[in-house]
Amino acid sequence: MSVIQVNNVSKHFGSLKAVDGLSFEVQEGQVFGFLGQNGSGKSTTIRMLLSLIHPTSGSIEIFGHSIQDNRNKVLEEIGAIIERPDLYPYLSAKEHLTLFAKLRSKKITPSSIEDTLKKVGLLDRAKDKVQTFSLGMKQRLGIGIALLHNPSLIILDEPTNGLDPQGISDIRNLIQHLAKEEGKTILVSSHILSEIEQMASHILILHKGKKIADGPIQSLLDPNKMVVHVTTTNDEQAIQLILAGSFSNYLLKRAEGIYLSIPHFEIPLLNQFLVNAGVGLINVESRNSLEDYFLQVTSNTQ
Amino acid sequence: MKKVIVFAFFYCCSNVVIAQVDPLIEKVSKKLGLVNDYVAEGVMKTDVSFIKASLGKVKVYFKKPNLLKVKKEGGISLLPKGGVSLTINTLLNTKKYSTIPGGTQVVNGKTLTVLKLIPNDDNLDWVISTLWIDPVEALVYKTATTTKENGSYEITMQYGAYAQYGLASKIVFSFNTKDYKLPNGITLEFGDEDPAAKKKLLKNKKGTVEITYNNYIINKGIPNSIF
Amino acid sequence: MKSIIAFELYKIFRRPRTYIAFGAIAALIVVIQFGLKIDGESYASFLMKDINDTLTVDGKVLNGYLICYILLQLLLVHVPLLVALIAADMISGEANLGTLRLLFSTPFTRTEWVLGKFIAASIYTIVLLIWLAFLALFVSMWVFGTDDLFLMKSNYVVLIQEKDVLWRYVGAFVFASFSLLTVTALGFLMSSMANNSIGPIVGTMSAIVFFTILSTLNIPLFSIIKPYLFTTHMNNWKEFFDIQVNDGNEAIAGSILNIAKIKNSLFVLSAHIILFVTAAVYITKKKDILS
Repeated sequence: MSVIQVNNVSKHFGSLKAVDGLSFEVQEGQVFGFLGQNGSGKSTTIRMLLSLIHPTSGSIEIFGHSIQDNRNKVLEEIGAIIERPDLYPYLSAKEHLTLFAKLRSKKITPSSIEDTLKKVGLLDRAKDKVQTFSLGMKQRLGIGIALLHNPSLIILDEPTNGLDPQGISDIRNLIQHLAKEEGKTILVSSHILSEIEQMASHILILHKGKKIADGPIQSLLDPNKMVVHVTTTNDEQAIQLILAGSFSNYLLKRAEGIYLSIPHFEIPLLNQFLVNAGVGLINVESRNSLEDYFLQVTSNTQ
Repeated sequence: MKKVIVFAFFYCCSNVVIAQVDPLIEKVSKKLGLVNDYVAEGVMKTDVSFIKASLGKVKVYFKKPNLLKVKKEGGISLLPKGGVSLTINTLLNTKKYSTIPGGTQVVNGKTLTVLKLIPNDDNLDWVISTLWIDPVEALVYKTATTTKENGSYEITMQYGAYAQYGLASKIVFSFNTKDYKLPNGITLEFGDEDPAAKKKLLKNKKGTVEITYNNYIINKGIPNSIF
Repeated sequence: MKSIIAFELYKIFRRPRTYIAFGAIAALIVVIQFGLKIDGESYASFLMKDINDTLTVDGKVLNGYLICYILLQLLLVHVPLLVALIAADMISGEANLGTLRLLFSTPFTRTEWVLGKFIAASIYTIVLLIWLAFLALFVSMWVFGTDDLFLMKSNYVVLIQEKDVLWRYVGAFVFASFSLLTVTALGFLMSSMANNSIGPIVGTMSAIVFFTILSTLNIPLFSIIKPYLFTTHMNNWKEFFDIQVNDGNEAIAGSILNIAKIKNSLFVLSAHIILFVTAAVYITKKKDILS
């Protein structure tokens, strides 16, 4: 069943097209990764899903209901944390959860509040004011607020921001538990691509407001091609040779180093080409990761 | 010698004239002398152009020769400065005055004898007082007094049940008022003024205080502490 | 909407800044009461300078009722600025803090949020006014005692009997609540247009000062717009302390000189409140929440 259906949605801020003709679907039970560089339109899209921003055109349906026409009904089933975790500095963690619990039609008991604090690792700091919290603790509390009312759809924008490695691992495990054990649908955006790779089953990549990739992670990472990192004794010379030769189409734009997205069978041919041209080969390392895929698709569309 | 005798004669005559008190005044004083003290209950009305005040219940205390106190029963009272204390009783009880006849005058349909009182004692508060007296009833219906420090005022009197004691049923004090104005910066009133109301205030420079008595308790004794 | 109002009230009264206004009012009133207790007679003598030339005033002129009137004259000009501190922060403060997006992604419409916040701000305003009333009226009555109210206006004096005063203060405070709620609504409107609170707070205070000047200047050019300015009507609580007189210039106890003026002012203030709040709702509904 389709939980989120975005149909040809655009958002213009004056002459700037922040989101341009975006369409995608999120199915029930998926962990959906939302990727994009800064300014690609991720946050704008998430805000449109939560009716914080009005789309210029297009439609959004969540749980089969239009977000514009059935806003309250839809939002009752969504828990979200948007960008940084901004909270009330003069209230404690427990006060936050108690107050937000009262805004939900579902009855949330004091023991549920305690369970949520435990889940996000803040039980021992429940009575402390948020102004004494670190960024990571605020992030946990923000996630706690999102999960408090047991929503069916969870939208997490940069959930591991500011967390230490243990915290990141905890959140990853929590998301996986919510998806697998509790059947929640989760949309998570992050800049830490390795985290998305571990958490998400599907991804969507936004670039300058447009969708440039959308689908299950495994199908996007082309098994017939490989991203290789070539280390030579003279990278500048090697690059000039590659650009002049038949391998120019495979070369990826990177700030440093030589990266090519190249069919497997052409890798030995590349090695030979460089050696014959007098370039000393130090290492050829294959990388088949989401980060490389991301960099590849975004550089191709520049 | 002749000159001395003539001078002495005129001197004696003038002294005799100055020391003379009209028998009508004596008649009035005798009537008023029946009252050693009284406590009167009444209603007081203050009518001054720049004051809005409602009627108030008052008690008036008098004790011979010239102690007078007007007490409002709860609340703030407004009385003409210095005027209320100089009633007929207190005026005549000083006994330190001479009278000069002023003829007769018809006031409210009554023919009244007009007498002027001139104080003999420089320590008295008043300079001259004119009385309009009914010669038959020996009742004073009107006085016009000029004081040393509190300007001039008029008192008119009406009589009822207590006329035999010379005690009025209604007394009206009339006096001149000065301008009243407080700066807007003090009152914090910056709205538009009503020009018609302001014109009315400026025109009317007289005020009255009216006391209507409904009960006198006479000669029962009053402690001096009241005053 | 009850849960929104409870939510907002909890936040308002948990925030330390809220109590600045309560403290400021208490400090102002106590200082003035102290000053008048020590040296009030000379102040009263100054006010009664013209009257004392003609009349002797007997009784407790400087009593709790007069002290309260003096306090209200001073404070009801300045309390709006304290009200603006909270009202003008209600939406823009949340935007600045970043919590607005948290609130607007809950299952309530923006209209419900805006109205709920306004009601909470109004409750705060009323509580502040009750605090002012307690200190200005009841504490003054306790410290200075009571007697008739001897009011010295610019061009005339009104003497109101003691038993006729208290209900007038009730009316005056109810009227003052409308005045302060108008300021609350204006601050609220300004708040809906910004993403930080400084602008709306300063804007609200500036608007009050600007329109107050227009209301008080006796320039014919401004007389066309004066009746429509809320600042022209805000101080008409004083009309509760002016009484009618009969043909004999006798004050009529229990009367109000110009009740039509009070009704008109209440209507104008109410209209401003509705206008400002409606505009705030419209603006908030239309805007994109980018903070």
